[in-house]
Amino acid sequence: MAAYIGTPTSRIDGHAKVTGAAKYAAEFNAPGLAHASLVTSTITKGRIAKIDASEAMRVAGVIDVITHKNRPTMASRDKAYKDDVAAEGSPYRPLYDDEIKFNGQPVAVVVAADADIARFAASLVRVEYIEDPFVTDLLEQRDTAHEVERPSRPRGDAEAAFAAAEVRHEADYFIPTEYHNPMELFATTVTWEGDGKLTVYDKTQGVQNVQRYLVSVFGMKPDDLKVVSPYVGGAFGSGLRPQFQVALAVIAARALERSVRLVLTRPQMYGLSYRPATIEHLALGAKALGPLEAVMHEAIAQTSEYEDFNRNDVAWADQLYKCGNTRYSHKLAKLDVSTPSDMRAPGAASGVYALECAMDELAVALKMDPLQLRFVTYSDREQNADRPYSSKKLRECYRQGAAAFGWEKRNPEPRSMRDGSELVGWGMATGVWEALQMPLTVRIVMTANGHAEVSSATSDIGTGTYTIMAQVAADMLGLPIDNVSIKLGDSTLSESPVEGGSWLAASVANSIATTAEAIRKTLLGVTKTMPDSPLADAKPKDVMLADGKIVSKKDASRAIPIADVMRAGKLDRIDQKAAAPVKDDGKYARNTHSAVFVEVRVDEQIGVIRVTRVVSAAAAGRILNTKTAHSQLLGGVVWGIGMALHEETLTDHRFGRIMNANLGEYHMPVNADIYDINCFFVDEPDATINPMGIKGVGEIGIVGVAAAIANAVYHATGKRVRDLPITIDKLRRD
Amino acid sequence: MINFQYARPNEVADAVRQIAADPRARFIAGGTNLLDLMKSDVEQPSRLIDISRLPLKSVEETPDGGLRIGALVPNTDLAYHPLVESRYPLLASAIMAGASQQLRNMASTGGNLMQRTRCYYFYDIATPCNKREPGSGCSAIEGLNRMHAILGTSESCIAVYPSDMSIALAALEATVRVMGPGGERTMAFADFHRLPGDTPERDNNLEPNEIITAIELPPQGFAKNHSYLKIRDRLSYAFALVSVAAALEMDGEAVKEARLALGGVAHKPWRVEAAEAALAGQPANEASFAKAADIVLSGAKGFEHNAFKIDLARRAIIRTLTQAANGTPQSQSSKKIR
Repeated sequence: MAAYIGTPTSRIDGHAKVTGAAKYAAEFNAPGLAHASLVTSTITKGRIAKIDASEAMRVAGVIDVITHKNRPTMASRDKAYKDDVAAEGSPYRPLYDDEIKFNGQPVAVVVAADADIARFAASLVRVEYIEDPFVTDLLEQRDTAHEVERPSRPRGDAEAAFAAAEVRHEADYFIPTEYHNPMELFATTVTWEGDGKLTVYDKTQGVQNVQRYLVSVFGMKPDDLKVVSPYVGGAFGSGLRPQFQVALAVIAARALERSVRLVLTRPQMYGLSYRPATIEHLALGAKALGPLEAVMHEAIAQTSEYEDFNRNDVAWADQLYKCGNTRYSHKLAKLDVSTPSDMRAPGAASGVYALECAMDELAVALKMDPLQLRFVTYSDREQNADRPYSSKKLRECYRQGAAAFGWEKRNPEPRSMRDGSELVGWGMATGVWEALQMPLTVRIVMTANGHAEVSSATSDIGTGTYTIMAQVAADMLGLPIDNVSIKLGDSTLSESPVEGGSWLAASVANSIATTAEAIRKTLLGVTKTMPDSPLADAKPKDVMLADGKIVSKKDASRAIPIADVMRAGKLDRIDQKAAAPVKDDGKYARNTHSAVFVEVRVDEQIGVIRVTRVVSAAAAGRILNTKTAHSQLLGGVVWGIGMALHEETLTDHRFGRIMNANLGEYHMPVNADIYDINCFFVDEPDATINPMGIKGVGEIGIVGVAAAIANAVYHATGKRVRDLPITIDKLRRD
Repeated sequence: MINFQYARPNEVADAVRQIAADPRARFIAGGTNLLDLMKSDVEQPSRLIDISRLPLKSVEETPDGGLRIGALVPNTDLAYHPLVESRYPLLASAIMAGASQQLRNMASTGGNLMQRTRCYYFYDIATPCNKREPGSGCSAIEGLNRMHAILGTSESCIAVYPSDMSIALAALEATVRVMGPGGERTMAFADFHRLPGDTPERDNNLEPNEIITAIELPPQGFAKNHSYLKIRDRLSYAFALVSVAAALEMDGEAVKEARLALGGVAHKPWRVEAAEAALAGQPANEASFAKAADIVLSGAKGFEHNAFKIDLARRAIIRTLTQAANGTPQSQSSKKIR
């Protein structure tokens, strides 16, 4: 058993990707394919007064210019635009009317015979606007924010406990708006199949979500539209909701009754969703030794005028620290911007950054080692509902991470460690994320020649879903991995939720196991009809599938080749569909955890920061693929470095326009910024969380990294920078 | 991006004829900046005159012991040229501090001089910009100006010239050879780029009907005591917040002759000869360097987001001069500041 699970199996789609055989949304072709290009709003709020497309229409090769005036019919009620993971409110409707809600909003779609002509013609479309006053600056709108209801109830009397605490720390932290910036541009190719039927090749994390959305918005029959997305070049949450390019491509295809492709430009990607700018207010009270006395965490995040997007920024202390007095509050300030969205570890990346910086500042105030403070306040029970964890090996993360890093050699005094012209700083922080499982149906078709096709309408956004599905299926069906083929990213496959929140691995793997179990039962049933079956007395739990046989777990000599069983049953294929039951009775808290240790070197005279060492130790249940899971952690750490030192969306609030909407000026780490990163998982068996003990690793890697870096920068320099990113000018600020 | 005509002359004189005939035509060599500008609709040339086939690709020693660099020598080739590495390592280092390997492979020597500012507003045609559209106003003066100039600014423009290579060329007192309809002329490097004044739309003094044919370096290369230090928001592939090219002739512990040029602070490579003169004959120590830095930065003026550059430039000047004096030039591959 378990020949593939837990091994560093290389991606089964790797060859297709590096040879170009893997096709992405913008690479599908159709006869007579037309190409679309967008005209986007240059104002932030108001109305379109006039669109003059005459010059664009005169360009040879231009087929049409579609605006709100001449678009095909779309649904008129908000409900029709609500996708599976829509935020509360009234969703933005692409090209619906003359109203402008955010800068960069599409106002016209130019369709031409080729992409260059479409782009050129788009530059010739003249749009006149009637502008309204607008607001885009969270810091200015802080006081207008409204409270959103959170499930985390207050405990004790946090204010009184804070006021009475021996040692207090209170501060504001700030995370600027950040973009996902996936390598692959958002793109859709719609193929016109005749009779109004459409195949929509889209970059998305949820083909069925997009399918339902489009069918509902355009009033189509479900069977007339399918969404296909076999490969995704990174999404990080930006592909959870249907983005505007898919609706616009379908608008163009329906208007022209032909196949259309629309690929966004990189600047246009900044009109999509993002991690919202957030002010995090933290107040921590403590005494010299013991649990925290008080935790108060308030987040004030930006959202759009039309939808309230919010995630859990504030209640993460409940998963980490013992404390009897807590108060959490989450507020939203409405701005004239597009709606934010989930972005890798939504809520936690921002909220835990602030919490873990505040814990570091508290440790300084307590004159205590920050790691020791984590041990002193360590909670074995989730605090909000006072319940145990399905598993929580965070102590092991701290211990093994600290040992790998050499934390015990740290001199606690800021500015005390140096190497020549550089100040050396060591900082640490904790990471935490949810371990969810969602209902997901898997279909397995096993054929008599010993091959299995495993399918579900889920998505592989580059994380390795194809590979873990194949590993799990191979082990559960007792087949070599090369005999397993995986189908996903097609809305006609069996039911799957959007791929996000780190829930996919647990959801799909357990459902593969459930479906494989059904196949095993079917096979076992057939063996009962076979003469002299060595498994005549066996019950389903007594047998497994291994090496192409159905075999007794107790006695390996009692086995029958699966091919023989299928022949005996006159079965050329076994076709089963099943979903693992998702049981969460709320008895246990379900989380992944991590400990991050960072070394920075800061040139004392100039202020240049280098992150020279990172150790990230994570506890995330059973690891299906040690290679791809390691890559997830590694990518999270790199992104955390970007969050700490580089990433920032620069909006000119006089215009409401993002001024660095490109990969040259929106900084993220380059190779030179990355030194030694050591990521590993601590062993965390979990028999409670789900049958396979899987927790998911997509988000945990980024959580806590920016805080550990900020804490290390403080330790190096004695300078606390709370507003990200930590740039050279902020280190010099008074 | 617009439709354009494309031409590929083989002779310099033909290229000059073509550019003179069409004011909306543009030369293209590596295209590392022009294509960005065209994608943003900042440049909408009627015709691209591809000069990549012109015979301007050689690096040759001049009779006076200097070096003549053809305008089409790729940045990478120049940085790794044996004569540049051995005699003008400051130039090699500055080139390696810029852009990325792929861009340096494409970018030409002449094109590097012609780089336009990276001011956000210049690239966004939805915002006012005097450099792009004279008279429309400067959005940066009261806008996002963290990357902008602290020296030589005007009320109409505070944009920064982004080249690294040119900062070294300014320090080395290169000359620029240009060809126009009337023949060839030379310009001192200091005279090539302009301050914005009230004509920020003009980056330099090249006439619209002229082409750069070569850069010439004088014999003195400061190969022993030099350094190029670039300070930026990440450790590679970002434009300078401040950069410093320093070149010294030493006389024992004292400075005999000094050259100092700054990037990332002005509309042109910033060189103050008075600061260089103040270093001559002085001991190579922090006090001398600080004095020179203060002269360079006298008159520096910060805006809302970039005032930090004044102090940063002062520190960077002192550090770079120290590196140069010690004979420990900044490495462009190790990002630790020496």
